[in-house]
Parts: sequence; C-alpha cells; structure tokens
Amino acid sequence: MATTLTEHAPHADAHHHELSFVRKYIFSEDHKIIGIQFLFMSLFFLLVGGLLAAIMRWQLAYPTDAANPLPGGGLFPETMVNNGIILPEFYNSAVTMHGTIMIFFAIMPLLVGVFANYLIPLQIGAPDMAFPKLNMASFWTAFPAGLIMLAGFFVEGGHSSAGWTQYAPLSADPEWTGVYAGQRLWLISMIILGFASLMGAVNYITTVINMRAPGMTWFRIPLPTWALFITAILILLAIPVLTGALIMLLFDQTIGTTFFASATGGEPLLWQHMFWFFGHPEVYILILPGMGFVSEIIAAGSRKPIFGYAAMVLAIIAIAFIGWLVWGHHMFQSGMNPMLGMSFMVTTMIIAVPSAIKVFNWLGTMWRGDLHFHTPMLHAVAFVAMFVIGGLSGVFVASTPVDIFLHDTYFVVAHIHYVLFGGSLFAIFGAITFWYPKMFGRMMNSTLGKIHFWLTLIFFNLVFFPMHNLGIAGMMRRIYDFTQYEYLAPFQGLQLFISWSAFVLIGAQFIFAFNFLYSLFRGEKAPQNPWHANSLEWTAAPSPPPHGNFAHTPTVYRGPYEYSHPDTPGDYWPQNEPGPAAPAPEPVYAE
Amino acid sequence: MRKFFDPFRLLALGGAAAFLLACGGGGDAGADGASSEGGADADAAPAIDPATTGTVVGTVTYTGSAPAPEPIDMSEEPTCAEKHDDAPMRVPVRVSDDGDLANAFIYIKEGLADRDWGAAGGPATFDQEGCEYIPHVMGVRTGQDIDIVNSDGLMHNINASPNVNRGFNINQPTNMTSTRSFSQPEVMIPVRCDVHGWMEGYIGVVDHPFFAVSGDDGTFRIEGLPAGDYTIGVWHEQLGEREMVVTVTAQEESTADFTLDDSTAGTASVGEPLVIHHSHAGGAASR
Amino acid sequence: MGWLPEAASTFADSIDGIFYLILAITGVIFVGVEAVLLWFAVKYRHREGRKAYHTHGNIRVEVVWTALPAVLVVLIGVLSIRPWLHIRSPDSIPPEAYAVDMTAKQFEWNASYVGPDGAMGTDDDVTQRNQLHIPVGRPVVVMLRSEDVIHSFFLPEFRVKQDAVPGMETAVWFQATRTGEFNLACAELCGTGHTRMGGRVIVYSADDFDAWLLAEGAGPPLGARLASSTDQP
Repeated sequence: MATTLTEHAPHADAHHHELSFVRKYIFSEDHKIIGIQFLFMSLFFLLVGGLLAAIMRWQLAYPTDAANPLPGGGLFPETMVNNGIILPEFYNSAVTMHGTIMIFFAIMPLLVGVFANYLIPLQIGAPDMAFPKLNMASFWTAFPAGLIMLAGFFVEGGHSSAGWTQYAPLSADPEWTGVYAGQRLWLISMIILGFASLMGAVNYITTVINMRAPGMTWFRIPLPTWALFITAILILLAIPVLTGALIMLLFDQTIGTTFFASATGGEPLLWQHMFWFFGHPEVYILILPGMGFVSEIIAAGSRKPIFGYAAMVLAIIAIAFIGWLVWGHHMFQSGMNPMLGMSFMVTTMIIAVPSAIKVFNWLGTMWRGDLHFHTPMLHAVAFVAMFVIGGLSGVFVASTPVDIFLHDTYFVVAHIHYVLFGGSLFAIFGAITFWYPKMFGRMMNSTLGKIHFWLTLIFFNLVFFPMHNLGIAGMMRRIYDFTQYEYLAPFQGLQLFISWSAFVLIGAQFIFAFNFLYSLFRGEKAPQNPWHANSLEWTAAPSPPPHGNFAHTPTVYRGPYEYSHPDTPGDYWPQNEPGPAAPAPEPVYAE
Repeated sequence: MRKFFDPFRLLALGGAAAFLLACGGGGDAGADGASSEGGADADAAPAIDPATTGTVVGTVTYTGSAPAPEPIDMSEEPTCAEKHDDAPMRVPVRVSDDGDLANAFIYIKEGLADRDWGAAGGPATFDQEGCEYIPHVMGVRTGQDIDIVNSDGLMHNINASPNVNRGFNINQPTNMTSTRSFSQPEVMIPVRCDVHGWMEGYIGVVDHPFFAVSGDDGTFRIEGLPAGDYTIGVWHEQLGEREMVVTVTAQEESTADFTLDDSTAGTASVGEPLVIHHSHAGGAASR
Repeated sequence: MGWLPEAASTFADSIDGIFYLILAITGVIFVGVEAVLLWFAVKYRHREGRKAYHTHGNIRVEVVWTALPAVLVVLIGVLSIRPWLHIRSPDSIPPEAYAVDMTAKQFEWNASYVGPDGAMGTDDDVTQRNQLHIPVGRPVVVMLRSEDVIHSFFLPEFRVKQDAVPGMETAVWFQATRTGEFNLACAELCGTGHTRMGGRVIVYSADDFDAWLLAEGAGPPLGARLASSTDQP
C-alpha cells in the first residue's frame, strides 16, 4: 500500500489527519477498501456454496448408500446426516442454500459489491464514490446479513429447504417443510441484504452520472463501468419488489397473514409473479457486469478496440430493458393463463438477439487481433465459449411447448450453470486476476493461474454438459434420490461420473484460493499498467492507488479502446494522454 | 467533532437490532432437534416404598358394531407388501369376538402428587416394519427418548403433528434410527408417513410413569401407584375418550374396566387431525 | 439413455419436432461459433512483430448479425405457437375427453374416477393412490388439484407437465398412442418426500379399460357420454 495517506475530500473542507487502523481498513469509506472487503466476504461464501454443492453431489453419486457414507459426516448432527447418510431434509436445505449463497452472497457481491465499488471511480476519474459513508454502510449491512444467513444452519429444524425460489405455500408454512427458525432467518437475512444492494446502487448511479472527469463523455466510459451502471439501475428497481415479496412471506410465516395461502383467500401464484418480476432482472444483474469485464479484457488482450462499442452499449441497455418483460417464462407451466405464455415466449425469444450481438462483437474483437493469452484473457475467451452454450440452451426452454417437457428438469440446471459458472464465474476469475495487480500491487502467479483455468474449464464441462442429457431423459430437479423413480435409476453411473468430476472441479478452486492468498504476500511486484491497458485506473493511478486515487483529476481525450491505433507508435493509447503515446518499454504481462 | 448520528454508530445500532430481531424471530436457536436426556434430574427422586403402592388393572371392552377393516393397497411398495402373509388391513377398531378392545391408551389423569417420578428407564422404540408403525399406539414420558427405527430399509417419512408440543417432520431413507422426544404432556399425538399415506400411529405423552396400552385381550396393568384416589382416562383413536375414578390401596389390585361404545365415536382428541386417503384396493384387473 | 423417452402421446410429435428443430439450429450455431472462436484464437495469437488491425467495427455486419438471429428466434417462436395452444388452450380440450380427477398432496397422487352414477365428486367415485388408468387412443382430461403445496404432474413419455396449485383446478389433457405402463413423477419441489412422489400410468385397450372400470366398481363404460360436474378454467 502507499506509505502516505492523504485524504482527498470531495468537498471544500478538506482536512488531513491520520486515520486509525479501524477507520482505514474496517470501517473504511474508501471505495477500494470496501470493494476488497466485499471480495474477501464473497470468496468465503463462494467456498461455502461450493461445499454445499459437494454435499449434494455426494448424495447424487451414492444415493442412500450406507456403503459410501459422507466423508466428514460425523461432523454433522444426526438431524442432518445420520450414520453417514445425508437426510432428505438436509439435502433439500443444501439445494436451497447452495443456490441462495451462490447467487446472493457470492456471485452478486463479487460482480457488483467488488467491482462496482472498486472500478467505477477509478475508471471515470473520480476520487471516490458520491456517498462514501453510504458506501461503508452498504458493506456493513451486507456483512451481518451474511452472518444471519449462516446462523440458519445452526437452528432447530435446519435451514430453509424450499428452494432458492421459495415457492409458496411450501415456503410460507412450516407445516410443509418442518423448518421453523431457519426460514425466518433466511427471509430476514435477504431483506437486510436487499438494503445493502440498494445503498450500493444509489451510489454507483450517482457517481457515474455526476463525477466523471473532464472529457469522460458517456461514450468514452469503459464497458465494465457501463455494464455496472446499467446493472445498478436494475438493482435499484428490482430489489424493492423482492423485498416486498419477502416481507409478505415473512408475515405469512410469523403474524398470520395469508398472502400466498389459497385456503384463506391468498394466491400462491402471486409469489411467483413477484419473485420472478425481480428474479429475471436479477439474472441479468448476474451476467451484465461479467460481460463488461470480458469486453475490457478481450479488447486489452487482443490489442484491438472492442468491435462495435456503441452496439455493445446499446445491447447492454436492450438486455436490461427487455429483461423486465420476460419474467413469465419461469411460469409457463405454473397454471397461469396460457395466453400469457405466448407473450412471454415472444419477449424471451427477442432477448436472445442482443446477447447474440455481444457474442459476435467479441469474436469481431478477436478477429485480426494480436492475441495475448494471459490468464485473464483465457477466462474471458472461455466466458464467450461457455456463454454461447448457456444462451443456446436457453432457446430450448424459451419455446413454451418444449418447455413443457424440459421445465424443472436437469436441462434447466445445465442452462443456469452454463451462464452462471461458465459465464459469470469465469468472468469473475478473469476480472480478479486482471485487476488484482491494481488492488494489491502484486501479480497473481501466472502458472498457477493457467493450471487453475484449464482444470476448471475441462471439469466444468464434464460436470454440466451431461446434465443436458439428464434433463432430456426426464430427470427432475431437486431430487434427493433419483433411484426412487424406476426410469431414472439407470442414470446412476452418469451421476457418479458427474459427481467425481465435480469433486475435482471444486478441488481445483483451491489452486485459485492458494494463488490469491499467496500472491498477496509473495506475488511479483506489479507495475502500474501490466496489461498495457488504456483506462484511467491503469494509466493515471499507481498499483495500488492511494486514497483519492489520482494526484490530479485526469483529463480524458479519447475512448478506452484505442489499441493499435495508426496515429501512435505503441499498441495502446491511454485515455488521459494528450498526444501520441510512446510504446511501453516492457512487453504486455503474459509470461 | 463527530455528529451523534455518525453512520458508524447507526450501523452498530442497526446491526444490534437486526440480531435481536433474528434471535427473537428465530425462536429456538441453539441445538437442533435431537432429544434431551430422558427426563433425568440432577438430584434423583426419592424412591417410592413399594409397600405403599398398589396396582390398577382392567379390561377395555367395546359394545358397539365395529366398522369392517379396510384393505390397504400396498402394491406401490412391494417390499412391504411381501412382509404381510395376509393382505394388509387398516383396522380402526381392533376388537376380539368377545369385545376385547386393543390399542386403547389408558393413563392417570388426576390425583398424582406433584413430584418428580424419576427418569424413564430408557428409550421407547417406535418401529416401521412392513410399512406399518409398531406399536400402533404408544405411551412415553415427557422428555423420554423415542428411538424411531426404520426396519424396512426404504424411504419413510415420520410426521408428528401435535398441538402442544413442537412436532417434527423427518425422513429416514434407509435402515436407521432417529431419536426425538416431546417435552409437554399431550394425549394424543398423531404420526403419519407422507410417503406411505396409509401409515398411522399415535403417541401419548404424560409426565408420569402411570400409563398403559391395552393388548389384544383388552387388558392393561399399571403398577407402582401410591395409595389414593385417581381419575383414570382411556383414549381410543376411533371411539373417543372416557374417564372414571379409581381408589388405589397399598399392595392390592384395583379394577378399572372401561366400556366404550359408538356414542363418543370420532371425538378423540388428537393433535392435528390425520386425514388418510384410502386407496380402494382393486379386484383382479389392478395389481 | 440420456435422450428423449420413447413417445406415448399425440403431443410428442409436435413437441419433439420443435425440439429437434431448435437442436438443429442451435447445433449449427454452436459448432460454427466455437469453431470460429478456436480458429481466431490460433490464427491471431501473438507472435513477434504481429500488429492488430485497428477498427471500431462495421455497421453492415452488425445489421446482419442482428437480423439473422432475430429471424431465427422469431421463426422458432412462431412455430411454437400452434402446438402450445393445441396443448394448453381450454378451447382445444375435446368435449369427449375422459375425465379423471387428480389430487396431489405430500407425497402422493390420488386419482378419482367417476362411479356408476356418472358424476364426479359423488360418494361412488373410485379413488386410487399413485396410479392412473386410462384408455389408449382416446383423449383424457386430468382435472388437477393440490391439497397443500405446489406439485407438478409430469408424464415424461406423454410430454405432459402441469403444476398442481392449491386453490386452483387446472385441466390438462392428452391422448395416449400405445398401451403399456408408463411413469408419473412430481416435477416441483414439494418437500422432503418430493424424491418419492411417483406412480404408474397404465394404458389399456378400449375393451380392457372397460373391463378394468367394471372390476374397480367405477363406471359407466366409455361408450356412454360422461357428464363432468366441474367447469373448465
């Protein structure tokens, strides 16, 4: 870290004083520290989510098999694992909590909590966020929400087990699941987390609109910031809907309302409409930032401008906008009016188009480029390859008659993991590796990075591609023991194969974890701009930047993707460089 | 100078409030649903001198017309169906030709001194064999361990829905034993299996050791009662409840015979009502 | 293994047909895009002295790769409409369809058949657990209900799936094309017993079905017109 700390207050009453350790690193108002706090918290939850997946996969490999008890099963109470046998109530909890933790406590904070916080002020040339105190509040609201969510594992009756989608009435009355306190803790945690997200969103939007450096016009903003800006608008509008639904469900659970109970005048389908009205924009919240990071990394890695920058921005906006109109595609078989099925099918088909545009533009960026396959570039290119699969599998379930068969089968599990893991998580790995030098002043180890990448890519596909087949064969989701259905018993061998591939996949992530932690202390010292990128965080701030980011507010002269421009000798042209840029003395960091 | 409503302090207050709310709303935080020790106390109860206790015996008879047993269609679970030499039947009123009523739960309702009766001897066993609960009716002490045993080795669900106690809804996918207990007296708690909808059982929880279940011959026996006057009650799932007063004399047997008829049918107090869907076992064409 | 179960209903043709169409289109796109990606990765990888070609894009090609996917998805959408309405629209349920009441609950399916009085919902109805007996070659309409939470009535070989929602009665119809025994599964997480909420569907020839109705005490035989006491949603 920088040895001197001067506080750059955004207001006229600038004052200088040394901050205590607590005010610098724990209750910090610096967007970079807050981003890093989110990083550590989310990586921890990513680990928890992964362990829950491992438990699920053990059960699916050895369904109710006393000869293959769960390793470490003795650590769990008898109410969850009895003599090494995972009980159905715990399995359903694991399914629910894997989804909940991965989506809300791992992927979303990794994409938004980390990178919106870290990148936005740096990329637009601002000293910090518009509301630093609110920013601090957002992390310190998310953190207790995480603790409350973890607490649910330790209460009588176990944790919530109605699926991360929490369909009522299963989720509304403990009678149906046997889960009492766990469900309430889940709801309270999610309500609190929602407030954390809203605080963040307000900050990101305000900062991007109001605090751009001179010359940083809208169409010179790097794509990560564009994606995060649009994502923040989605968060601002979608989270309140979820929070409302969660409060209604909490009331049904605790004070005797019956919003979702049909026997007393409520409507179960109301939950689904409210949840998915939030839920569909939520999945675009989970992919758009990743698309922004991938654009940045591919352009920098290809030494070429992003192909069709304006189209990319418009595609992000189109995806975000149309994303509000497709929620019913989760409800085709729900019993809602079939005519609605048709209208939602049309909008769902349409939203495939801007995603396709983005894929082709990434290919166009690589075309005739000078491709440097450093670790971030590997992840970014893998994102494109895997996202294509995830997007195409979505076309199957978008067709309402085909969805009749594929709904609630493993085909959907394959689809969501191709976009969330193959898409978002690869983008996250790439982004962490890419911006790590800026955050910590050190490089992550490149060899370990590549080993981790290849193991992850290969085993990810071995785990999730066969799930398309399981779904096509009619295997339902969230099934504790599929051998109880005679027609599914023949798939025991395939489930075993998937599970062991999953164990290797999860194991490989420890290489990333080790690399991440080890490099904090022993990583190669990072130069200011190891990737020879153009955006302000690389060109106008050291690695890592001090409090206040820039010694002087930069002035921006061009867009962020002027790579290999004929008017400048080097193959990159920093945004804040007034004249032609000299070529860098050392090559792009690639090893 | 820091303002009082510094965000830092607000956050700390908010965090504390959230935790209080969670703990309050969460109810029983802490240990999960495993049982407590079976009612043992730190200081052991003073033993009752056997010379001062008597016995209550009796027979429960039924004088009405019993509904015919209904056949249970177990075809979907062949492993269980094979365990029954005769076709499995649902017998709501198990009565002999002489009118001896089985599966009646008899217990002391009033008259016991307010004292600690000591720990239960050990766990009670509630077994699932041939897709039936064995025993069909069972009595336990408050806090006594109930070992729920899955002798069938296939997926069973054990769903107990009491009114007063905290219920449970657990699963045993294969041979295993799960232990639960009830902390409050309650007569009776219905138990059902949501996977095998015909399975039904009843557990009565009392806070003393003076209870029994009538056998196939209709008889019951309760020993070790201190001398005195008691109200003794009988509960039957189909025929309802009765009570009578009995006087116990030291070292003697007192008789308490119950006669149940159809007048109180359907009035038995039961936790949450059990709704059984009865499959009509088919004729030759269905399996 | 790992592919569509062998079809047993009249819906399978249209559903499987669209499935294969989508498979063909997405298959071509998948192979094409991944091949191009791999080709670029190899052909344009960094070598000493290599310089990237500076361009910000090309409007014409943007229009092409916007229009082409749009046309394809619209095509798939349009082709999906007819089968969807045929399967789901209440108007397309044949009036002569044989009605069976199906009530889902944790964790069983209870099918009720009209008794000899020909009216559903009366005392002489025959109810069975986890089995559905139907005739071949004749439309059947299942009146789906739930007693507790949302379940989903899934017949894989028939390509039938419909959520059973408490408080709603949903009509789902289909027509079997061959006799035999098939699978019934629950396809919506409904609690800890969701893993074991299956059953059998037994399809009879017309004569055998009438014989079964007689043996069960259900009836009248299918030749007679059945009055349904429930409204179509």
